[in-house]
Amino acid sequence: MIPGPVPASADAVIAVAVTVPVLLIAGGSALLLRSRGRRRSGEGPAAPDPATTATTRPKPGRGPSTGQKPDTTRPSPEVRAAATTGTRAPAPEAPTEAAPAPAPEPAEAAPAPEPATYRGRMGKARGLLAGYLGAVRSKGRIDAATWDDLEEALIRADVGVGATDALLDDLRGRVKAGDISGPDVLIEALRDDLVAALSADAAPLAVPGTRPPTPGDDGADERPVDVWLFVGVNGVGKTTTVGKVANRLAAGGTTVLLAAGDTFRAAAAEQLGMWAERAGAEIVRGAEGGDPSSVVFDAVQRAASRGHPVVLADTAGRLHNKVNLIEELKKIRRVADRPPGRVVEVLLVLDATTGQNGLAQAKVFLEAVDVSGVVLTKLDGTAKGGIVVAIQRELGLPVKLVGLGEGVDDLIDFDPSAFVDALF
Amino acid sequence: MFESLTDRFDGILTRLRSRGRLSPADIDEVLREIRTALLEADVELGVVRGFVDAVRQRCVGLELSQSLSPGQQVIKIVNEELTGILGGESLRISYASHPPTVILLAGLQGSGKTTTSAKLARWFKQQGRNPLLVGADLQRPAAVEQLRVLGAQAGITVFSEPTDAVAVAAAGLEEARRLGRDVLIVDTAGRLSIDEALMEEVRQIAGVVAPDYTFLVIDAMTGQDAVATAASFHEALTLDGVILTKLDGDARGGAALSVKEVVGRPIAFASTGEKLDDFDLFHPDRMADRILGMGDVLSLIEQAERTFDEGVATKGAAAIVEGRFTLEDFLEQLQQVKKMGSVSGMLSMLPGVSKDLKQASSMVDDRQIGQVEAIIRSMTPSERIDPSTIDGSRRVRIANGSGTATADVNALLKQFKEMQKMMKGFGKGKGGMAGGLGALFGKGRGGMPSPEAMAQMAEMGEQSELAALGAGGPFAGAGAPGRPGGGGGGGGARGKGGKGGKKGKGGGRVTPKAR
Repeated sequence: MIPGPVPASADAVIAVAVTVPVLLIAGGSALLLRSRGRRRSGEGPAAPDPATTATTRPKPGRGPSTGQKPDTTRPSPEVRAAATTGTRAPAPEAPTEAAPAPAPEPAEAAPAPEPATYRGRMGKARGLLAGYLGAVRSKGRIDAATWDDLEEALIRADVGVGATDALLDDLRGRVKAGDISGPDVLIEALRDDLVAALSADAAPLAVPGTRPPTPGDDGADERPVDVWLFVGVNGVGKTTTVGKVANRLAAGGTTVLLAAGDTFRAAAAEQLGMWAERAGAEIVRGAEGGDPSSVVFDAVQRAASRGHPVVLADTAGRLHNKVNLIEELKKIRRVADRPPGRVVEVLLVLDATTGQNGLAQAKVFLEAVDVSGVVLTKLDGTAKGGIVVAIQRELGLPVKLVGLGEGVDDLIDFDPSAFVDALF
Repeated sequence: MFESLTDRFDGILTRLRSRGRLSPADIDEVLREIRTALLEADVELGVVRGFVDAVRQRCVGLELSQSLSPGQQVIKIVNEELTGILGGESLRISYASHPPTVILLAGLQGSGKTTTSAKLARWFKQQGRNPLLVGADLQRPAAVEQLRVLGAQAGITVFSEPTDAVAVAAAGLEEARRLGRDVLIVDTAGRLSIDEALMEEVRQIAGVVAPDYTFLVIDAMTGQDAVATAASFHEALTLDGVILTKLDGDARGGAALSVKEVVGRPIAFASTGEKLDDFDLFHPDRMADRILGMGDVLSLIEQAERTFDEGVATKGAAAIVEGRFTLEDFLEQLQQVKKMGSVSGMLSMLPGVSKDLKQASSMVDDRQIGQVEAIIRSMTPSERIDPSTIDGSRRVRIANGSGTATADVNALLKQFKEMQKMMKGFGKGKGGMAGGLGALFGKGRGGMPSPEAMAQMAEMGEQSELAALGAGGPFAGAGAPGRPGGGGGGGGARGKGGKGGKKGKGGGRVTPKAR
């Protein structure tokens, strides 16, 4: 087959001929030795079974072409339908923030659960930073130990080495320049810097149904359907968050429609279905193992025909380093963005216990589907969620929502001031 | 930009070659790098401190060896320390004298307990046991359904009832006895370690089932919080081990080190994917490499194993190693490489790859690979096996057939020749092919090359290639791919008749061969 009129270049040919062999040598020989070693030593479960591991990277939305071995990371719809037993395993359990906890939250004193607040929920875990800051304040002057304490406080909050160094270097400069006199002022300055960092690029959550209808091709008004996509790695709380958001919107008088875009995990649609019931929202599901894009498409169509202004689309958890799954997500977004649908929010759901990998997650998802904001979940635990500082600084991604518990009301808007105060 | 840890150390320690030992100042600087690396890997701060002190002890008075660079020596120490902490005694399941052997899983929400329960059950089944799964997560909607589906996939019975968690656990134990099962695995709801009521609940569950093994299930991407969580669960339940999940992600996984230090119990299992069989005994040495940021090589290999057809890959590798790599082999491998995704992405995963090479690889995308493929496809099979037969007129034919210019064909042939030379020399290094490569790999962990070895290989390959191109090569001022007209040197002369010296029928080997 003759390639089209692409200007060939000797440079490019050389580039291929140089880089690919390096790759092959490094990788291929290692593979060879590994398989030899394996055969020799009869290595056990460490080696993935060759019969089931060879795979192709399925093109987005399509199953593998004939003659290729089934994808093992996640079988395509066709393969999954064909495969019956044994080799399939849905993703790890979804977040458990579901039914109102039978045991009352310690923050609740009155019979009616009090609204979730930062201080209330993070209060239990406050002791950590408060201890460091207490030590800093009590000294009366700024010395080497001060910086150690502050650094330790930030690192333990998962702010990360890079962002911590940047923040503290800046403050050190200001102390040297005489702008900061003592520990109290220093702490205030740190607090202000953190709040500023978290407030930059702040953007409010979209309000459904407020966009003016766009005139269609034939001049008639077409009321668009807002689509909010919820994305993220496995186990972070996407489905529960969708449920909470649905409830909030419904309580505010907006009719929502839920799209059970997680067609992979066992009982994921059932789980979302229970949330739909709670919120009094309609839900569109697909066949288990079906194409998630078509579920979202159907949901948008249904919403348009019924006059629902917004579709909340749950998606399957996916690790960001799985190329084929990220491709699948890109397709979901493309489909969701077709009229009458219009993607107005792509919310990356992030677990507050996540360490520095959260930044890697944010980078990949941002690049892939243009994330518009972060939902930080499980902030009622001991983790501080400081990774959002790095995410904001490096990627300009704002946190929009915070999950503070398993109850349906445990969702609040992100408030940088309150967040930083609760850290301290 | 992330240099590998070895690079960073070598940067600090290069001035040391004249001196014999590491001075305290040198050690401090290096330890600072180690501290940063470990924090970036999410190892908990207190654990990092203790670790760095231990390494300091070993570095003081360290004599610089002849064969390893100082950076490599320090890495070796760090690696050994890490592996030591992560490893130690591995967990041996000893079955209860009165069945069933009870296993309790606990952890935070979203850590992967439900899937892990099913995987563990399947693992026991493979050991010849007869397990029963108990769905005691009544908190999360459809959690029990999920477990039932997984159980069905694995062919393992799941027991649950809509009462309460403690009652279900107790009833599950009864059911296991009734059915004569010898292993009972209890999945529980995720819970915060600071939620007193739920921690009390899991204590009660443990009370009624009296587990033989209690495992904390923890996500490999957990940050500094790992220690607080592990310590709390350990205090409440007295853990017997830890199961690390989602290791198929690219988190460095420092939480493993933190938890091991704090809990002092083995990391028993590693969960490495979404399928039920993505479940394995934990490998401390691989985790140590990963935490140090040298684990990408392993992911690369694993990714390759997943996407490469193993037959094609080993065939190609054998050809390389045995010095008989042909254009035919190259074509096969090119197709595999295309499937794997971005070449530059993969190259960036190899430690020690130079900037030049990375820049070169950024020029390579599917289109470029496609062009090279087209060129090779326009050759006859015998031409592919013996490219020395490809004279000027054949080159023109090939260029026309592939829609490229003869200069491109020339470039490929020239490069390929260099590549073959390099591969031959590579295989023969240090006496014999397998021996040569084997020597590079040091202690094989089941035949796995160490990341240092991988780096050396990549470097060797790269240096030969770049040397063949001449200093600067075509990448000096490399522009966008597909630039017409060619750029700087290295490519064949863009003249008529291709390479000089092979005009028409000159020379003895240009007789046209039968196709």
